[in-house]
Amino acid sequence: MLLYVLRRFASAVPTLFVIVTIAFFMLRLAPGGPFDLERPIDPLIIENLKRAFNMDKPLPQQYMLYLWNLLHGDLGPSFTRRDFTVNDLFRFGLPVSVQIGGTAIAIALVFGTVLGSLAALRQNSWVDYSVVGVATFGITIPPFVVAPILSLIFGVYFGWLPAGGWGAPGSMVLPVATLALPQMAIVARLTRGATIEVLRSNHIRTARAYGLPSWVVLYVHTLRASILPVVSYLGPTAAALMTGSVVVETIFGIPGIGRYFVQGALGRDYTLVMGTVVVIAVFVVVFNLIVDILYAYLDPRVRYD
Amino acid sequence: MADIDNSILAVRKLDVKFHTDDGQVHAVKGIDLDVRAGETVAIVGESGSGKSQTMMAIMGLLASNGRVSGTARYRDTELIGMPERRLNTIRGAKITMIFQEPMTSLDPLYKIGRQMAEPLMYHKGMSAREARPRVMELLKLVGIPDPERRINSYPHELSGGQRQRVMIAMALANDPDILIADEPTTALDVTIQAQILALLAELQQKLGMAIVFITHDLTIVRRFADRIYVMRRGEVVEDGATEELFVDPQHDYTKMLLAAEPTGTKLPPPPSAPVLLQGTDVQVSFKIGGGFLSGPPVLLQAVDRISVALRKGQTIGIVGESGSGKSTLGRALLRLLPSEGRIRFENRDLSKADREEMRPLRKELQLVFQDPFGSLSPRMTVGQVITEGLLVHEPSLSTKERDRRAIEALKEVGLDAASRNRYPHEFSGGQRQRVAIARAMILKPKVVVLDEPTSALDRSVQKQIVELLRKLQADHDLSYLFISHDLTVVRAMADYIIVMKQGKIVEEGQTADIFDNPRHSYTQTLMAAAVDTTKFRLAG
Repeated sequence: MLLYVLRRFASAVPTLFVIVTIAFFMLRLAPGGPFDLERPIDPLIIENLKRAFNMDKPLPQQYMLYLWNLLHGDLGPSFTRRDFTVNDLFRFGLPVSVQIGGTAIAIALVFGTVLGSLAALRQNSWVDYSVVGVATFGITIPPFVVAPILSLIFGVYFGWLPAGGWGAPGSMVLPVATLALPQMAIVARLTRGATIEVLRSNHIRTARAYGLPSWVVLYVHTLRASILPVVSYLGPTAAALMTGSVVVETIFGIPGIGRYFVQGALGRDYTLVMGTVVVIAVFVVVFNLIVDILYAYLDPRVRYD
Repeated sequence: MADIDNSILAVRKLDVKFHTDDGQVHAVKGIDLDVRAGETVAIVGESGSGKSQTMMAIMGLLASNGRVSGTARYRDTELIGMPERRLNTIRGAKITMIFQEPMTSLDPLYKIGRQMAEPLMYHKGMSAREARPRVMELLKLVGIPDPERRINSYPHELSGGQRQRVMIAMALANDPDILIADEPTTALDVTIQAQILALLAELQQKLGMAIVFITHDLTIVRRFADRIYVMRRGEVVEDGATEELFVDPQHDYTKMLLAAEPTGTKLPPPPSAPVLLQGTDVQVSFKIGGGFLSGPPVLLQAVDRISVALRKGQTIGIVGESGSGKSTLGRALLRLLPSEGRIRFENRDLSKADREEMRPLRKELQLVFQDPFGSLSPRMTVGQVITEGLLVHEPSLSTKERDRRAIEALKEVGLDAASRNRYPHEFSGGQRQRVAIARAMILKPKVVVLDEPTSALDRSVQKQIVELLRKLQADHDLSYLFISHDLTVVRAMADYIIVMKQGKIVEEGQTADIFDNPRHSYTQTLMAAAVDTTKFRLAG
């Protein structure tokens, strides 16, 4: 297993290299640049700016330079937030995003599996219909609708929680709820479907035929199998959530890193966009690996060595 | 029926209904049944007879849309309507059950030692550690080799036969009074089937529990059962002591079941018959594993240098257990799989033919599969299914002409002309297999590969399909490659037999020779196993 993990990390390096390369050149293909402004400015200033950011060198050389710095963990200076390096921006923003995203994933996992299992056990009862109903609601209502409504109700009308901002006690609740709702809905549906299928399988019939108590049939024999599709779903989702959400961060005014991707792309902040791509790619690689290891642990038929 | 003395399981007026979207299905219609301590009772019936549902109802294992009425007394306890919690003190302890599907009846995610310990843990209050010596003892009792290692195996690491042994061991854990065996050998190869039956008989002698043996195959219970109940469409049509029932069956259905075994033999074609399809040194190998960063693949030789010559009008039976390569050989000979070696059809060399060159020949070389449920597209009418080949091979036919050919083909396989407008799911297994045969026959082929065409069917339906295939062969002078693990059917169909094991031919010859005088030890084992279960036939 250790060998497998090492091999997976080794194979992640070329993956990241390809991602970085494609992102780097695609970004440069987009028209415009980081120093284009509404008002024309002195070409000499532009010239100086370009020199300061190594933009005066030929593109291949810039690429090599970027790779070299990346190897040393240096994501470069931000082109548009000129007081900060990209590393600084992530150092402040990433913990916030990870905290919100991680909490949302944990909540979605716990409540989603519980609700999904309940619905499956009481299939076609009112419990099932309510869970499926709530889940459909959670999936269909987009976060940019949920977020302002939550903010309005709990922040403005009742004043129980901060309507936005970061740092005040309770300021995490609404953004986490917004992020968790659709994920919880999806997890509930996945769990429900898988549980219904597992409950019909022959080995569950065996467990019941041998007089095992129903909690053993459920927790020992059903849940372990029905959680498998949830685990594979949660890998890439956790990566996506922990690297921040533009909508949630914008609406609640949270200093995470989700905004950087959009803002960086619009402002042609090359290093900021590249930095975001690298961070997301690393998260995806790591979480997929975690999922694969977890999968092998849960299902002994899966063996990687 | 009078009460039977010292019956430990007394079932009276048991009735099982299922509520479905298409209305109510009356699966079991008020049957009576008794099991005495230590005896073996067989419940025999074809699929849909309600034999399994009877036992499921007693065990409280019916699907959620099932409703049961009547009584089932185990000693002094009424089982029907008992709350789940109390029922759980009986099932798995006093009454245990093994199932038809050994491959899926164990939880794939837990080691077998842990699963076998569970009935001990929850009925005897043992811890997993305390249960371990008993689990080891049980594994030895059912003849699992190397139990110290196997106790830590996962189900997928065991063969089907071994998994069934594990199931039996688990069933015996709490010294049950009654062991219900629901078609325990149906999914297994014939040699393994004989071993499992022998094991059950031996364990019963040793431990003295009663066995309820549910099966569709009347012949295999003759040596084994004390009494037999014959079920049909939810009713017990006949019951009695085994010998009486075999020697003097009262009900027509029982007589039909006893006579349902395919009989007769096929004469070899005249020596002058030309060779139609010939394979020389045919080899098929599969790569297993391999890929980026994981080392070279392992090469599995599925068919290892096999030569076959199929004459006009001949039927070659290819016999072997699962994994012997018999289906692979059939497919390779039709060029449906890449292979090495030479394959000739009539006077053409197929080994070098590409897709385009093969296409016109496909019409002459047809294939019928085992699974009549999976091999017909559920979204096409039977008419569309059987005429699809004509669209490719005889595109100039008018719609009217195609329809006429469809009717002709359906009539030939004994189906009504109107059935061409219906969908496959409206037909029974046997009828679907007729449709699959019609699909091959409509193209007027010369060679048909029949890959276990009767294995998924009930005995009585098997017999009909065998007779149909024989009639078609006689009418059209067809050549068959008949692939099967079922020796009784092969004997009735083939004039020449090839016995395969692990991709190689271990023995071949005229059917009569192979059956009367098998030379290779593997053939002998195979015959012994098959004869073991079908030894006793009706005298007249």
